[in-house]
Amino acid sequence: MSKKLINKARGLSDKAIAWIFITPTVLLLLAINIYPLFYAISMSFTNFYANKIGKEIKWVGLKNYIKVLGKESVWERMQITANFMFWTLLIQALIGLGLALLLNKKFKGNELLTTLIVLPMMLSPAVVGTFWTYLYNPQVGVFSYIMNFFYNFGPIDMIGSSVLAPWSIVIVDTWMWTPFTMLICLAGLRSIPDYLYEAAEVDRASRWQQFIYITLPSVLPFLLLALLFRGIENFKMFDMVVELTSGGPGSATELASIQLKREAFEKWKTGYSSAYAVILFVTIFGFGNVYVKVMNKIKDR
Amino acid sequence: MLDSARSPAESSGFSRKIAATIIIVYTVVTLIPITWIILTGFKSVDGAITYPPEVFFKPSLEGYVNLFTTRSRQSQEYLDSLPPPDTWYEELVRSREMVIAGPSKFFGRYTNSLIIGFGATFLSVFLGALAAYAFSRFKIPLKDDLMFFILSTRMFPPIAVAVPIFIMYRKIGLGDTHLGMIILYTVVNLSLAVWLLKGFMDEIPREYEEAAMIDGYTRMGAFFKIVLPQATTGIAATAIFCMIFAWNEYAFAVLLTQFNAQTAPPFIPTILGEGGIDWPAIAAGTTLFLIPVMIFTVVLRKHLLRGITFGAVRK
Repeated sequence: MSKKLINKARGLSDKAIAWIFITPTVLLLLAINIYPLFYAISMSFTNFYANKIGKEIKWVGLKNYIKVLGKESVWERMQITANFMFWTLLIQALIGLGLALLLNKKFKGNELLTTLIVLPMMLSPAVVGTFWTYLYNPQVGVFSYIMNFFYNFGPIDMIGSSVLAPWSIVIVDTWMWTPFTMLICLAGLRSIPDYLYEAAEVDRASRWQQFIYITLPSVLPFLLLALLFRGIENFKMFDMVVELTSGGPGSATELASIQLKREAFEKWKTGYSSAYAVILFVTIFGFGNVYVKVMNKIKDR
Repeated sequence: MLDSARSPAESSGFSRKIAATIIIVYTVVTLIPITWIILTGFKSVDGAITYPPEVFFKPSLEGYVNLFTTRSRQSQEYLDSLPPPDTWYEELVRSREMVIAGPSKFFGRYTNSLIIGFGATFLSVFLGALAAYAFSRFKIPLKDDLMFFILSTRMFPPIAVAVPIFIMYRKIGLGDTHLGMIILYTVVNLSLAVWLLKGFMDEIPREYEEAAMIDGYTRMGAFFKIVLPQATTGIAATAIFCMIFAWNEYAFAVLLTQFNAQTAPPFIPTILGEGGIDWPAIAAGTTLFLIPVMIFTVVLRKHLLRGITFGAVRK
């Protein structure tokens, strides 16, 4: 009662403040995010070319969508993207969880090492891509040198070979983002209360049983969350790969978003590329939603 | 029996030693690329392309000089006819049979990154703090939907909205301007700012403001004088995350800026030297560009988890 009276007496009402505080954010998001999205959707039904301003814009219905989905090259790029996602997520889950389990054994210097391990993740992906082209250089690069130190492979051309190039981007992505999975798993491990292990010990559960029945189920929701974030990011992956391989050799590492950029900003097929963008967006949104539902089910169990 | 109970966190000395060893090996391996780049920045152009790669070498500032200058090659007779060089860097350039033609674009691009980064960070944290407070304290219709809507804007692939934004910006004259990029990065960062700051504000007890309001503050006054100061840590952490994003962003920068407002990430890969890529100069530029982020990471380490998961996981 008294609170309400005070608010009425002085200054703006809570309701007014709430709207004043939220409106700028929502308006900006509408103007720079939602409007462009709907703009893209509406362009996807036209034959618009952004570099031909005077040309008449014609409504073409679903033609662009049919064209995108019917193109073999689009499916190839989707497969390259899926392949990239599969290997990066799998490797990052395994190494990330492994590192988290090790870091959870509290030893001296633990915090310092964690901070050092995390560094690559904070760097600019485009700049990372650029300097890895130097590290990967088959003649003078340090990567080839270190590999040859262990076994005499001869010069290793990670970026120039169509067999190795897909692995070159997997390696760099793993180097950059394994700490991400690690950090989230570590948070999961630290949230397990000690009494669970104490109780298991009383029940004479072996170390292995404790790991299978306590540790893993507790970490799993965290690991799944990390993979969701990584999955979304790697589906959109653009910057690091553009600077590292620019999609090559040929199209060996041309992920979907790199192809999309070429269609939109090099060939200026605005209508067509908008349809492509919408398809990508719906895919990520659809998969994301299903994934979150599955994840929540696992969490509830 | 109970006293033998140990959680993995307090495992035996031996397994702890093994764990520490593996972690140290991983840390060393993972730091090789970064160390290598910093080292390369201090090599000479020729020193950067020797095989086997040199770990110990005579340091040179050629990379840094090349990064900040443009140079032109001159004949030996012309060089001999010049008065002796005034500065150490002129001397260095002349020893490569070149003269300094002028400053390079790097300084301008770096400044652009700073202007756009700070501008966008300030705006997104300010607007984000207002919205976060409203979401944290007031009853708002469809609150959860609004919050999810704000988060979902982060899922758009940048390329998907880049074309419409490109067209829009060209129409209203924001294309290739600092203001345009500041607005764009503010919007991209808003979702993070709102989600993170809401989490931090939820942790500040309501009693603080209520007490202040009983003492005669208005709600607005209580927000600025009581809540914001209480949320300083959270605001600082959020600001650094926004800054790192704006600092590192590439896709929008490469598509929407060209001459005027281009930031460092699209510029660094284009640094070329005489007859090929000037690796020491690229390495020098990369080093200067990465140092602020590395410092921030060390400062942020307590909040890292929250920041990278939009507050979905708290420690």
